[in-house]
Amino acid sequence: MTRKQKRLALILGLLLVLGVATALILSALRNQIVFFFSPSELLTRGDVAGQSIRVGGLVETGTWVKEGENNTFTITDGDKDLKIAFTGILPDLFREGQGIIAEGKLGSDGTFVATNVLAKHDEKYIPKEIEDTLKQEGHWQGQ
Amino acid sequence: MSIELGHFAMVLAFALAAGQAIVGMLFWQRDSVTPILQQASLLTFILVAIAFAALLQAFALSDFSVALVYEYSHSQQPLLFKLTSVWGNHEGSMLLWVLILVIFGAALAVFGRNLPTDLANLTLTVQSAMIAAFSGFILFTSNPFLRLSPAPLEGRDLNPVLQDIGLAIHPPLLYLGYVGLSVCFAFAVAALVSGRIDAAWARWVRPWTLASWMFLTLGIAMGSYWAYYELGWGGWWYWDPVENASFMPWLAATALLHSALVMEKRNALKVWSIFLAIVAFSLSLLGTFLVRSGILTSVHSFASDPTRGIVILAILAVIIGGAFVLFALRANALKAGGVFAPISREGALVLNNLFLATGVVAVFVGTLYPLLLEAMDGQRISVGAPFFNLTFGALMVPLVLLVPFGPYLPWKRADLSGVVQRMVWAMAATLVVWLIVAFTLQSGATLTTLGLLLGTWIVVGAAADILDRIRLGRIPLGESMRRLTGLPRTAWSTAIAHFGLGVSILGIVIVSSFQTENITTLKAGESLEISGYTVTLSGSKTYQGPNYVGDAVGFAIVTPGGSNAEAVSEKRVYTAQRMPSTEAAITNFGFSQLYLAIGDQDESGAWVVRAWFKPYVTLVWIGALIMAAGGLLSLTDRRLRIGAPKPARTRQKAEAA
Repeated sequence: MTRKQKRLALILGLLLVLGVATALILSALRNQIVFFFSPSELLTRGDVAGQSIRVGGLVETGTWVKEGENNTFTITDGDKDLKIAFTGILPDLFREGQGIIAEGKLGSDGTFVATNVLAKHDEKYIPKEIEDTLKQEGHWQGQ
Repeated sequence: MSIELGHFAMVLAFALAAGQAIVGMLFWQRDSVTPILQQASLLTFILVAIAFAALLQAFALSDFSVALVYEYSHSQQPLLFKLTSVWGNHEGSMLLWVLILVIFGAALAVFGRNLPTDLANLTLTVQSAMIAAFSGFILFTSNPFLRLSPAPLEGRDLNPVLQDIGLAIHPPLLYLGYVGLSVCFAFAVAALVSGRIDAAWARWVRPWTLASWMFLTLGIAMGSYWAYYELGWGGWWYWDPVENASFMPWLAATALLHSALVMEKRNALKVWSIFLAIVAFSLSLLGTFLVRSGILTSVHSFASDPTRGIVILAILAVIIGGAFVLFALRANALKAGGVFAPISREGALVLNNLFLATGVVAVFVGTLYPLLLEAMDGQRISVGAPFFNLTFGALMVPLVLLVPFGPYLPWKRADLSGVVQRMVWAMAATLVVWLIVAFTLQSGATLTTLGLLLGTWIVVGAAADILDRIRLGRIPLGESMRRLTGLPRTAWSTAIAHFGLGVSILGIVIVSSFQTENITTLKAGESLEISGYTVTLSGSKTYQGPNYVGDAVGFAIVTPGGSNAEAVSEKRVYTAQRMPSTEAAITNFGFSQLYLAIGDQDESGAWVVRAWFKPYVTLVWIGALIMAAGGLLSLTDRRLRIGAPKPARTRQKAEAA
């Protein structure tokens, strides 16, 4: 191969890999991302059944029911409520009256089946999505 | 020593570094400033060390008149955790960052004595400018030396998640890696300014890249293991933005290690290597910004105020932007290096860099796209494992397939059929091992078997490389053994690091595919079954720890083979802030682990128990340790300690002999 051909082969190889990588990233960005909603946003949308999403809100006092490893509770953004079912161990700082994020899918009966629940890590830390939602809905009590 | 002395030392360090940077920028061409810059670097190191020691002392003595000590420490903590609390918060961790920056500055002053004048002066100048920027950031926005009056009697204690030996190991190692890349960055800027970009440059940068890469490898692996055992979620990698922030510099540093090889041996890929050195440190800074600015939510975000984020962003923009402008202005002036055929050692290393670089881009997009989208139209999304597996994972498959070929290929041009002939035994061995595994698993061409094939291929390929080099079976055994002891250390370090990569891949594939999980509630005496293991809850008791009250739940484990083991999982409440925390019970069985986490106890006295069986999970981290060992071995190579490179002709002759 001549010098020119060698260089051409290298450049074509580079372009091929870059093209494949771009295609992969774009298709993954379309299909593999998870949207975050507040209960009100979620309930006004009809197109989310069976899709993996994240919801966030405050756990309503008096709604947490625990039967062994099965938990149900209701979260609210002050406007709409959403019932959540979760099997497993809730985070150490999961409490009623506090902000949480649940990841999972909305079932056909209107209950959100969570595969993972995130809560505050410590007294100062609150998931940013929750803080924003609370501020948006006018329920924010922090600084 | 008082905290005020520390504060004063920090102010002096800031002023000294700023002065040093100005002197360096004005007079970098002069021989006479080199000793001044070197002395200043050593002095800055001493000053920051004094500042850091003052803070360590305040924490050790629980001096709650210091605001930081009050906020993040408790008098009943064990001494080790008092000391590690120093960097368990924003201000202290930034001070640790700067401490490591000055350590590298001092190391550059000590080990850079045989550098040519312009490179020695410029690297020290760039380093001191960064020290000035970050110590200024500490003094003006994140001062750890502030007093409280009146002094509280007791501290607020550290977040329980951080009260662990992991905090003593993970941040310092990771910072050594992050900040070590600042030296590579300084070399890149120095090369662009002075125009001295040649094979010798690659040789000078190599030990710094190797050391940073090694620390990053260890730091990331340690962070992963810490998250795994401490958070109680049983996962070892979440594609969390902060994890990605440490992973991107690692990928870039890995690429730089390989491209610098081509630059050193063949004088090619010069512009690209310089670019990578800038990118690698930019990604480190980006990581610092993402973690410290509080724009991301994760276990790493400490309470933060937005002005800090803006200041870090400004520092970032100046450092990265300045470097790229310089790069754009000077890169054209570089002459292209030696040519090579696509099928050659250089060609393989170019492909390595291509895949690693596109891998960085994939991770970068996945990490920053949610932030961008939210800033643009308020849409909140998260990008999780499925995205990264599909993009990054897919890009790594061809790279991993190519890894064993690299060391077999000669420089300049290679005869592919000859190389394949030499590798045929490795290929056959891989195929046999893989067929046995696939047959026992009763599965065909699935992702799992593909992953196992790739992992086995790298492990076998690394071993075969060594066997090929000693010509085992082709020359008398004694002769082979003589060659074995005479192999250059770089041959060993390459094989060891690649072997470690294979081990990690095998661990990742096996644990991802075959782990099992069981969630249930158990009373004392009841048991659960998981992967043939019987786990019986033997009882629980409450006890008083130094700064917490703990519930210890004991488990008796019977293995499938009939032997017995015991494990204790804990639930603790840290008294200062009534903060709960859980400690999982993790028991090793060979390379596999049984992971038991407990939840709350209900009214009937039963505990929620979540059990995982994690087959061969420890290989994930053992592989990383092996990779780092390969890096360490390469760092001891004699070639790196000799300053100026020998002329190319005699070196080639020496290698051929």
